[in-house]
Amino acid sequence: MKLSSDFFEIFAIPVAWQVDSSQLQSKYLKLQQEFHPDRYASHSESEKRLAVQTASLINQAYDTLKSPLKRAQYLLELKQIDASQDSHITSDGAFLMEQIELREALADVRDSADPFALLDSLRSSVDSSYSEQQNQFQAQYQASDFDHAFNTVAKMQFSAKLLDEIEQLEAELEDL
Amino acid sequence: MALLQISEPGQSPQPHQRKHAVGIDLGTTNSLVATVRSGMAEVLADEQGRDLLPSVVHYIKEGVSCVGYEAAEHNISDPLNTLASVKRLMGRGVADIKTFGSQLPYEFAGDDGGMPKIKTVSGMVSPIQVSAEILRKLAGRAEMAFGSALDGAVITVPAYFDEAQRQATKDAATLAGIKVLRLLNEPTAAAIAYGLDEAEQSSKHQQRIIAIYDLGGGTFDISILRLSKGVFEVLATGGDSALGGDDFDRAIADWLRQQMGMGEDLNPIEQRILLEAAKSAKEQLTDSPEVELQVLDWQGTLTRELMHNLIDGLIAKTVRACKKSLRDAGVAQDQVNDVILVGGSTRTPRVGEKVAEFFGTQPLCNLDPDQVVAMGAALQAEVLVGNKSGDDMLLLDVIPLSLGIETMGGLIEKIIHRNTTIPVAKAQEFTTFKDGQTAMAIHILQGERELASDCRSLARFELRGIPPMVAGAAKIRVSYQVDADGLLSVTARELTSNVESRIEVKPSYGLGEEEITSMLQDSFSHARDDMQARALREQQVEADRMIEDLLAALYKDGDSLLDIEERQCLRVAVEELRELREATTEHRLLARQIESVAKASEEFAARRMDASIKTALAGQTLDEIEKG
Repeated sequence: MKLSSDFFEIFAIPVAWQVDSSQLQSKYLKLQQEFHPDRYASHSESEKRLAVQTASLINQAYDTLKSPLKRAQYLLELKQIDASQDSHITSDGAFLMEQIELREALADVRDSADPFALLDSLRSSVDSSYSEQQNQFQAQYQASDFDHAFNTVAKMQFSAKLLDEIEQLEAELEDL
Repeated sequence: MALLQISEPGQSPQPHQRKHAVGIDLGTTNSLVATVRSGMAEVLADEQGRDLLPSVVHYIKEGVSCVGYEAAEHNISDPLNTLASVKRLMGRGVADIKTFGSQLPYEFAGDDGGMPKIKTVSGMVSPIQVSAEILRKLAGRAEMAFGSALDGAVITVPAYFDEAQRQATKDAATLAGIKVLRLLNEPTAAAIAYGLDEAEQSSKHQQRIIAIYDLGGGTFDISILRLSKGVFEVLATGGDSALGGDDFDRAIADWLRQQMGMGEDLNPIEQRILLEAAKSAKEQLTDSPEVELQVLDWQGTLTRELMHNLIDGLIAKTVRACKKSLRDAGVAQDQVNDVILVGGSTRTPRVGEKVAEFFGTQPLCNLDPDQVVAMGAALQAEVLVGNKSGDDMLLLDVIPLSLGIETMGGLIEKIIHRNTTIPVAKAQEFTTFKDGQTAMAIHILQGERELASDCRSLARFELRGIPPMVAGAAKIRVSYQVDADGLLSVTARELTSNVESRIEVKPSYGLGEEEITSMLQDSFSHARDDMQARALREQQVEADRMIEDLLAALYKDGDSLLDIEERQCLRVAVEELRELREATTEHRLLARQIESVAKASEEFAARRMDASIKTALAGQTLDEIEKG
């Protein structure tokens, strides 16, 4: 279904980087209370189909706005910039070097004496650069400096992916 | 001529009638049906006062001879025609059956990789047909209790059930002539049964985190839910589909075998004797600290402590799965407010102890763990059928396993990740890689592994009718829609020419639409008129709903969202539908008219949805929303 509203409009909040996550969650629950297909269980098939599509859209909007990375990508998409591809790569050499080092550190975790301590320190360093990148994005986006914002999103993708991998490895090690 | 009924637009012409809805727990070993009476969920018993219905169907040459306790009696005398535990076969393929089929005594006949059928004296039987017999029996029990027909049912499925297994369950209900209001995950049903939504409203907590620990005979299931403002949100679900209380029995039986100095090769009778002894010892140790055993010519003692040594490793495995789900949910274990125990195997006290230890809170277990799922399903059915008002609880489920498509080299590309809230829609764009290519094949799978061959195959789609162009010029948009039951539908469109591609769906394990129709016809062949009458009734209900929906919509939004001509068009369409509904006895004709009215009102519906989304939150102050 095509709706004329963008995701921010659905939640009746301004198009901006800053999002109040608890307010977002309350509004999300309120919207699903109204539009979830279960609310249309005794309606006609065509209304039910429409409810499934609407609830899907609300879920997609919520999923996008609550994640910093997806929200940043979506803000650029609204400016007709496609930052959703996994493949776009930053040209910041120092950043790439740093990434390589972090990945090497992650690869060594398995064989280290205290893997969990190492994972924790890795996580906090990636976490802090991730939030720094988010601050950068906010400043660049507000200044309408979309070229740099696009580059920052590429960096955010690295960080988000690395955090995922740290989580996965930790789960794996705990399971052993 | 019938007198015209005139009612306020948006209101039903009939006075409010109480509808008859049930919750059905379609279990591997036993099934139950429950309903809500005076606000309380209760399990409906059979004429002998028995709550459970063994999930067993016995076949004779002429067809089904009996279902339930009676059928279970044929277990030993006629094992090949006494079908039990078919839930484990639902939505499965021949390869799956090979891995655990040896535990089942039946003869299977797999047809071209689809869901295997079981050879019986009355011919080939699909697990879906067997499940339909069980559902029919339960529906009959309910109709007897109500003294009238059933309006709908909520049927529970394990949270880990994949799309094929869910579809198979829904197909079984269709075969049994039951209208499915919703497929509900078993753990979510349990949370509803405990009335935690009401506990939430009366407590000071902004939200509650609930863990549902479900240990059955052969499976373990853990779900983490968040309850906030009457909405149950499934945050994560996980478990182990090959771990259950039967493994406790096996561990104890194995200990017995060693004590008795027997080798590992036992004959089936010895095996059965040891398992029975183990099971009975396990149950006795619930109340006493030790139990004297006499098995064959061996005598000995099993203490509770020793039993704990035997089963603690198994329980630890379930605790590891709990940890993983908490991680998936992004919740720490001390944030969990309530833990609920479900499933017969949680009767072993050691399980409760270990679960309490892990979560640091005493689990709730005051409802019968065998009944709690059916009771929760009944409460949800009551809401969905319309007996309770709209501002009641809402359930937001997640998809338990990732959906993806097969890419080059037999790899899988994930389209919808596991634990994503449903309903959910995703779209992908493809292009052609040969000049003049007019068709492409898409293979949809479900699972977490990297290789397509390690995941469950759900369906193969063939897109045809792509306009011939040079390679890479066509843009084909494929949309995947997963509904609130976790069922998938797919559409495809070529974007440059806007040609809707034809899709051929070949479910890998389920039944094709034609197969269902023919099975339905078979089951009604002795009563063709019945089937006609039922089909007509169904279409009449659908027509009434549509007329009611549309009149209400026209009254509310017709002036603001439609121009005069569009309004007139829809009014005429509604009137024609109303006339046909009164006049015709031909269900196909009515169905066609409904479809055409649906098409005519599509645009209006989309505009209304768009407008209502825009106004849903716009008129409210922030304060209202937070209180709401």
